[in-house]
Amino acid sequence: MNVDLARIQFAFTSINHFFFVPVTIGLAFLTALLQTAWYRSKIDAYLRLTRFFGTLLVINVAIGVVTGLVQEFQFGMNWGAYSRLVGNIFGAPLAMEGLAAFFLESTFLGLWLFGWDKLPKRVHLLTIWAVALGSALSAMFILAANSWMQHPVGYVMVNGKPQLTDIIAVFTNPVFIWGYAKVLVVALTTGCMVMLAVSAWQLRHGGDRPVFTRSAKMAIIVLIPAILLTLLIGDELGVVEGKYQPMKIAAAEAQWTTCQPCSFSLFQIGGGNNDQTPTEIIAVPHLLSLLATNHWNGKVEGLTPLQQQYSKQYGPGNYVPNVFIQYWGMRAMAYLGALTLLISLWGLWAIWRKTLAVSRVFLWVATWAAVLPFVMNTAGWFLTESGRQPWIVQGIMLTKNGISPTVSVTWLWISLIGFIVLYGTLGTVDLILMLRYSREQLPHPREQVDADLPLPAVQY
Amino acid sequence: MHTFVPFWYIVIAILWTGFFILEGFDFGVGMLHSVVGRDDAERRAAINTIGPLWDGNEVWLIVAAAAMFAAFPGWYATMFSGMYLALALLLAALIIRGVAFEYRGKRDAADWRRTWDVALTTGSVLAPLLIGIALGDLLHGLPINSSQNFTGSFWDLLQPYALWTGITLVLVCALHGATFLSLKTTGEMHERSRVLARRIAPFTGAFVIGFIIWTHVTASTTFFLNVIELLAILAVIAAVWLVYARRDGFAFTATAVTIAACILSIFVDLYPNVMVSSTNPAYNLTVHNTASSPYSLKAMTIVVVVFLPLVLLYQAWTYYVFRKRVSASDFRPPAPPPRVAPEPEPRPTAPPVRPGS
Repeated sequence: MNVDLARIQFAFTSINHFFFVPVTIGLAFLTALLQTAWYRSKIDAYLRLTRFFGTLLVINVAIGVVTGLVQEFQFGMNWGAYSRLVGNIFGAPLAMEGLAAFFLESTFLGLWLFGWDKLPKRVHLLTIWAVALGSALSAMFILAANSWMQHPVGYVMVNGKPQLTDIIAVFTNPVFIWGYAKVLVVALTTGCMVMLAVSAWQLRHGGDRPVFTRSAKMAIIVLIPAILLTLLIGDELGVVEGKYQPMKIAAAEAQWTTCQPCSFSLFQIGGGNNDQTPTEIIAVPHLLSLLATNHWNGKVEGLTPLQQQYSKQYGPGNYVPNVFIQYWGMRAMAYLGALTLLISLWGLWAIWRKTLAVSRVFLWVATWAAVLPFVMNTAGWFLTESGRQPWIVQGIMLTKNGISPTVSVTWLWISLIGFIVLYGTLGTVDLILMLRYSREQLPHPREQVDADLPLPAVQY
Repeated sequence: MHTFVPFWYIVIAILWTGFFILEGFDFGVGMLHSVVGRDDAERRAAINTIGPLWDGNEVWLIVAAAAMFAAFPGWYATMFSGMYLALALLLAALIIRGVAFEYRGKRDAADWRRTWDVALTTGSVLAPLLIGIALGDLLHGLPINSSQNFTGSFWDLLQPYALWTGITLVLVCALHGATFLSLKTTGEMHERSRVLARRIAPFTGAFVIGFIIWTHVTASTTFFLNVIELLAILAVIAAVWLVYARRDGFAFTATAVTIAACILSIFVDLYPNVMVSSTNPAYNLTVHNTASSPYSLKAMTIVVVVFLPLVLLYQAWTYYVFRKRVSASDFRPPAPPPRVAPEPEPRPTAPPVRPGS
């Protein structure tokens, strides 16, 4: 019971946290790009877009920061035994994250927001780049910590406790390198999809056409490499994880028996941990071999032999993750990614045909497509984190042994319900504000005579 | 004993101290903004005195907690799981407070702003209260068993000394915020901040002196106060005197020293323990039985030595950039076109008072 509640709480708070993180990282970069475009070209439209999307960025950062605080406290609150065991390895990147990334991000966000009329233009431009850098860096450290849970490296066991011996190994962990690259391009994809959706809505509803055409174009042009890389890096990450966490990949295909070569089923009926022979719909030959090993005839270990191997290695127990979540998490992520790619290519086509601002069907689809990256990201985290189960640290500690031994079920219920109510309220408020500000008019263009006066700061 | 262990204890003490010096006045401004600001424009002015700063200040807390996690995992695990509900409440307070800053001004409706005002005030009072209770519990002791686990209930956290510590921190933050507002506002708000500081100061003084004596009696075997405890008492007396002498700048310095000395007293008197066990002194958590491996501490030492000075540098620069006073007139709707230097001159016509403010 305790471990389930603690897991639900962690899943709930981190999924919510990760709604805001990629928007922040992505929009910070895009806003910096817009402001750079203004700084270099002096075209007023870019300035207006910078201010417009900057406001959306700020609405998100606020919740991203405070929900991040919950994440950090939760390790100690709910996962005390885990923290005690691996704090000397897992805690180190978190401390570095605060010192090297959070300070940078939050201090310079304040400077950017309130410094419009106080800083020279060049310095002010640097502050938004510092925000973008800080937000990208903070994802780096937490990913290093997370990757260590997926594939522990750079430690020795002393009296049954892992002790850090090589911090460089933690930051060159292949799972980390590919995982971090993936998070960066995913964040960029998310930011672009949000920017595209807002621009598309504005174009459909009489927003300033030339200005929002610019932002829509920019979003599409950044989106295409971002989503392509997301798919490619995601594929490579699958291979890397398959190497260190074979259960995760086998479960993602509901592959109970070892196969070579392996086919990939597009859909299945039935399935899950208690149904080992689901009806597969459209099996694409060799595809799983390619995805999991990068080889046409690659071999994928099945869940049943892996379970036998793990039982021998770690003692009796169930080492198979939730197959249903893995199977559908994988597919939701991959299919929505492919859909996003199609939409971005459609956008490129519209740019080429010069119909971007008037193609009502495309604009309608692009507006609603804002939902896609969020579902895709959530599915991806389900795949990664649920696929690690039953381990909290692969091969070192089981999730059920990681909880705080003295935290009662009552406390867990109280905090879980509290967080659900709080996040529900704040999420709703955030959504309302995002929609409201997305639908606002652009800030007015500046008169020629004012162009050299300082800009008013954004204030609370 | 490895030298990195006491070094990291000092780093954590510095991080907590830095957090309270900086975020202390943010808490204070949050508590007092509705009192100092009589209408919406004035409240916005009060909030905007810390607008560019509060987020960076709050990171000190994140780093302090993360440093405890990394350097003393046993301390972090016992403290955070033991103080479970108090910390969950602290998180809620910090969340509504942080969001209030950002969202309050995003809609021009009296109800909306009133709601966030209440959220900001509540969060700003609760946060230092709960952190104070937590820090007080570290020193005074909690039921902890031989395997470093908290065995008490939520009510065990609310022991008298811890409550006193919490209230002391709330009062110190309130005074710190009032002296900060005196420095950063103009006109009537400036006067009101000074009056407020004078009202709060005697209570803060009494509670700080009580807190220091109680702390000394709890944790020390000597008769005389140590240097830090003495400093806290002298600083708070100086702060009260300076507030009444209307020396804004010095008063703010004195409240900053008071807050620093109060936090440092706890850490100085606690060492080498990090959490006292009221069950059995042999079960006390100490810097030694909770510390990380020497290698981890060394790796983090390199990072902290490189980055902390850098952080101090750019945060100091931020304070320099936003050194000007904030005027309520900046937030009134019919702002006169040329923005002249701040002149605390009564406005000829009273501004329209918003309903509900």
